[in-house]
Amino acid sequence: MTATLGATPTIVLVGHGMVGQRFLEALAERGLTATHRVVVLCEEPRPAYDRVALTSYFSGKTPEDLSMTDMEFIETHGIELYIGDPAVSVDREAKQVTARSGQVFEYETLVLATGSFPFVPPVPGKDAEGCFVYRTIEDLLAIEEYAKTRTTGAVVGGGLLGLEAAGALKGLGLTSHIVEFAPRLMPVQVDEGGGAALLRTIEDMGLTVHTGVGTQEIVVDAEGAVTGMKLSDGSELATDLVVFSAGVRPRDQLARDCGLTVGERGGITVDEQCRTVSDPHVFAIGECALASDGRVYGLVAPGYEQAETAAATIAADESEQLTFTGADLSTKLKLLGVDVASFGDAHGTAEDCLDVVYSDSRAGLYKKLVIGRDGTLLGGILVGDAEAYGTLKAFTGSVPPVSPESLVLPAGAGAPAQLGPSALPDEAIICSCNNVTKGTIRGAVTDHQCTTVPEVKKCTKAGTTCGSCVKVLGQLINAELEASGVEVDKGLCGCFSQTREELYEIVLALRINTYQDLLDRYGRDGAKGGDGCEICKPAVASIIASLAPTIGASGYVLDGEQASLQDSNDHFLANIQKNGSYSVVPRIAGGEITPEGLIVIGEIARDFGLYTKITGGQRIDMFGARVEQLPLIWARLVDAGFESGHAYGKSLRTVKSCVGQTWCRYGVQDSVRMAIDLELRYRGLRSPHKLKSAVSGCQRECAEAQSKDFGVIATAGGWNLYVGGNGGATPRHADLLAQDLSDTELIRLIDRFLMFYIRTADRLERTSVWLERIPGGLDHVRDVVVEDSLGICEELETLMAAHVANYRDEWAETIKDPEKLARFVSFINAPDTPDPVVGFVPERDQIKPDLPLLTIGHRPLEGSAQR
Amino acid sequence: MTLAPETTDLKVQVLLDEDWLTVCDLTRLLPGRGVAALLPDGNQVALFRDRAGQLYAIDNRDPFGGAAVLSRGLTGSHQGRPFVASPLLKQRFDLETGQCLDDEAVRIATYEVRSTG
Ligand code: SRM
Ligand SMILES: Cc1cc2nc3c(=O)[nH]c(=O)nc-3n(C[C@H](O)[C@H](O)[C@H](O)COP(=O)(O)OP(=O)(O)OC[C@H]3O[C@@H](n4cnc5c(N)ncnc54)[C@H](O)[C@@H]3O)c2cc1C
Ligand code: SF4
Ligand code: FES
Repeated sequence: MTATLGATPTIVLVGHGMVGQRFLEALAERGLTATHRVVVLCEEPRPAYDRVALTSYFSGKTPEDLSMTDMEFIETHGIELYIGDPAVSVDREAKQVTARSGQVFEYETLVLATGSFPFVPPVPGKDAEGCFVYRTIEDLLAIEEYAKTRTTGAVVGGGLLGLEAAGALKGLGLTSHIVEFAPRLMPVQVDEGGGAALLRTIEDMGLTVHTGVGTQEIVVDAEGAVTGMKLSDGSELATDLVVFSAGVRPRDQLARDCGLTVGERGGITVDEQCRTVSDPHVFAIGECALASDGRVYGLVAPGYEQAETAAATIAADESEQLTFTGADLSTKLKLLGVDVASFGDAHGTAEDCLDVVYSDSRAGLYKKLVIGRDGTLLGGILVGDAEAYGTLKAFTGSVPPVSPESLVLPAGAGAPAQLGPSALPDEAIICSCNNVTKGTIRGAVTDHQCTTVPEVKKCTKAGTTCGSCVKVLGQLINAELEASGVEVDKGLCGCFSQTREELYEIVLALRINTYQDLLDRYGRDGAKGGDGCEICKPAVASIIASLAPTIGASGYVLDGEQASLQDSNDHFLANIQKNGSYSVVPRIAGGEITPEGLIVIGEIARDFGLYTKITGGQRIDMFGARVEQLPLIWARLVDAGFESGHAYGKSLRTVKSCVGQTWCRYGVQDSVRMAIDLELRYRGLRSPHKLKSAVSGCQRECAEAQSKDFGVIATAGGWNLYVGGNGGATPRHADLLAQDLSDTELIRLIDRFLMFYIRTADRLERTSVWLERIPGGLDHVRDVVVEDSLGICEELETLMAAHVANYRDEWAETIKDPEKLARFVSFINAPDTPDPVVGFVPERDQIKPDLPLLTIGHRPLEGSAQR
Repeated sequence: MTLAPETTDLKVQVLLDEDWLTVCDLTRLLPGRGVAALLPDGNQVALFRDRAGQLYAIDNRDPFGGAAVLSRGLTGSHQGRPFVASPLLKQRFDLETGQCLDDEAVRIATYEVRSTG
């Protein structure tokens, strides 16, 4: 069959990968899909998908999630997409492409976007059963299937993709090895120092790295399946599976066969317009092209630029003459959870340049900046902490406004410089994947009325590819909004224009005790009478719960309307896990537990087959409970005297303790008793964010009280109270609020402190952030809660007394109430059927979620995409 | 527990191919919260009821995380459109169209649903 050339000229695209898809979008944007017939030959069994995010398949993304192709787009633009039908030959004389199915397409313009293929070194045994490459979704499916019955895997190649592949093998439960010929990992991106930091971190994750050795032979058994590999140092590595990740080569065979010029080391030679040098009717873009600067680019951003260039050239639009003359090779990756970034002249090849290096191999940190003689930032490498990547990259090529040293020093070692994005020039590239400048982003805010990150993403495409620029994007948008005098809406959400603090005051002053009442009276105009949203419902539920006894609301968070407002976890009084099962955390006040208590927990966990772990909060977490098991488990726990640990709530978590004076030779007070007293006093107290505490028996601080929202350290004369500490993502040491307090003084001060925080903090604002934000900071808080400068201390104490007096255990309450219990089922129409997606597999003598089960019930993509 | 007579016998039904499948009593749907139901073909549907009494039914599976948990998410409205936010990573889905409000490329199945005596 031959498709005849109609009145409309035809563009044939060979290869529907990431760059091919971007090319189609660029054609559509320029109106070319309306004036041309567009034919796409796609070799893979599915349309274009996000290859950059390929590995996220192993963390639960389905092939459908990875898809980059909106079938509606293909249809609206009348694009003919032939899936699973590659081009097999090109006749340039006749201007025809033949596909494997036998279809022949005549073209006016041919665009090759065939990408690369993984290079497999020619070692004996390379084609054995158990050898794989890592490029397509099909490769991943095959690896996953093969790994099911195997225990060890090895990756040949310690570059960027090799590390990703090794991480994936580890994720599949295999003991994983990386074999790299070069003396360090990621030899292209990082230097020796960076390689060392990376090596340490990766080894700490339990992967074995062999550098400086080559693979000589793949060893196979009688059936021809892999059993190991022989290395160049004479050793042999036993492995069941080998993934080759030793680089890629341009797929230029189709071009070679039809006589197009290709480079010495491969790649279809093109000019600055991405037109092949041999034939004006043929273009090549993406990883198969050898650009005019003599390079083949293995990254997606340059490919996107080439796609735009080719489309603009085909459109022959005089006003838009794009050229592609080279691209930046900056990359930022999260490999196995380690940040690695390199940008600009990372290896310092420029003449006379200098290095500024900060290295802490113990912490797996390595940061290097390459600086020119005149102070220009030329490039750099960041391993372990790439926070500054966005700003540093944007400053590359200019002299940064602060000293380079201050940019690489970690927080705490001298004042780290805060290089806000506002210091950047308008030409600075913020999103390198999509080549978007700061000027364009500002324009989106000022000229196109964008006010949020998603809006700016849509408007400019910035942030839509690797995502590494999204943080800077957010900062820029807010800075721009504030600068242009737009009043940044401080309201809680789309439903309320008040802040959380203002809502708290309204609820307390007017004794409003239902959400609907608050929304209908004080909501924004469009929101009154509506359903609210996922932000204000739990926030208001929390305010109502903190003030319940005072405003006449029920103190039970699942009562009446309150049940419908709670965050999903509070609604089930348990923490949801990735597969839809729940964790169970009984309160173990102060971390003190009797042998009987331990036995009961052990028996329950054993009887229900739960995974058990000692938490970082000095208690025991049981994982893997199905929703219908929660009441049964809790009935037994409550019976044995346990109560909810509120691990799910924005409320008091744990008050940790050290053993203190009773046993420890240094202890000066009974820290365990105080921790238990505090935990029992504040349990169940709903607050803007979770609250944590600890009590240490002496200044040695074994309970880490200074990292808590309120921490207590014993002194010879009583207790010191510290506030505003935080672990987590942004650790903060607590500040000393008062010294040498008696038991009563301590408790009174904590009562006031907590109630003042609950009253004035924003939603999801820990005490550490709150203390830094509120005007006057610690001094103001001390004035209010110690000196009673606002005259509200009595009220604060009364509110807390009401909470303490009215506390009831939520789980005990729930298991008594048949109506509430009816909710704990997987299916309303089949209460006895467990959710089939929740399953478990063994690991280290316990269970873990069976993740492959989660893809059940998922329609395969092919069926819907085929025409 | 006493219930108003006019609501006691109302049933929630979901349209499957040609037939309406009865899932539960209307009273089991708390305004602002969801429940899940198992369909004969093994799929799971998440059912919701809003404050105005309107019913919605969408696929129960969170397409991002894979678990069947959308029925346990928080509901609300955004620019006048009803949505549920996944309890896993909080992506929101339009209850009428199944469109993910935080990722244009993602849309989940929806079902026709009614209450009937
Ligand atoms: C189980 C546990 C880890 C463990 O295996 O040890 C844990 C597990 C979780 N932590 Fe944690 N954290 C646990 C101790 C900690 C600690 C250590 C501590 O409390 O001394 C910290 C640092 C201290 C701190 O909070 O300042 C900690 C800092 C966080 C953070 C970061 C908070 C921050 O301010 O930056 C989050 C995220 C959040 O809350 O937004 C978090 C969130 C979580 C969540 C709730 C994430 C989630 O939504 O699924 C995890 C749920 C657990 C579950 O399903 O039960 N977890 N988490 C620990 C439970 C302690 C307990 O008994 O309740
Ligand atoms: C695991 C992994 C992680 C990566 N991470 C990053 C990253 O973090 N950052 C980054 O910038 N880049 C990354 N890359 C590289 C990035 O994916 C590529 O640069 C990008 O996909 C190139 O796009 P392309 O369209 O040129 O090629 P491809 O996406 O490979 O598409 C080419 C398509 O053409 C098809 N094809 C070939 N021959 C024919 C034919 N004869 N007929 C029809 N179809 C044909 C192929 O089957 C393929 O589908 C990663 C790659 C992998 C594999
Ligand atoms: S903090 Fe002091 S009292 Fe407590 S265990 Fe450590 S050394 Fe002993
Ligand atoms: S830099 Fe990759 S999406 Fe912006």
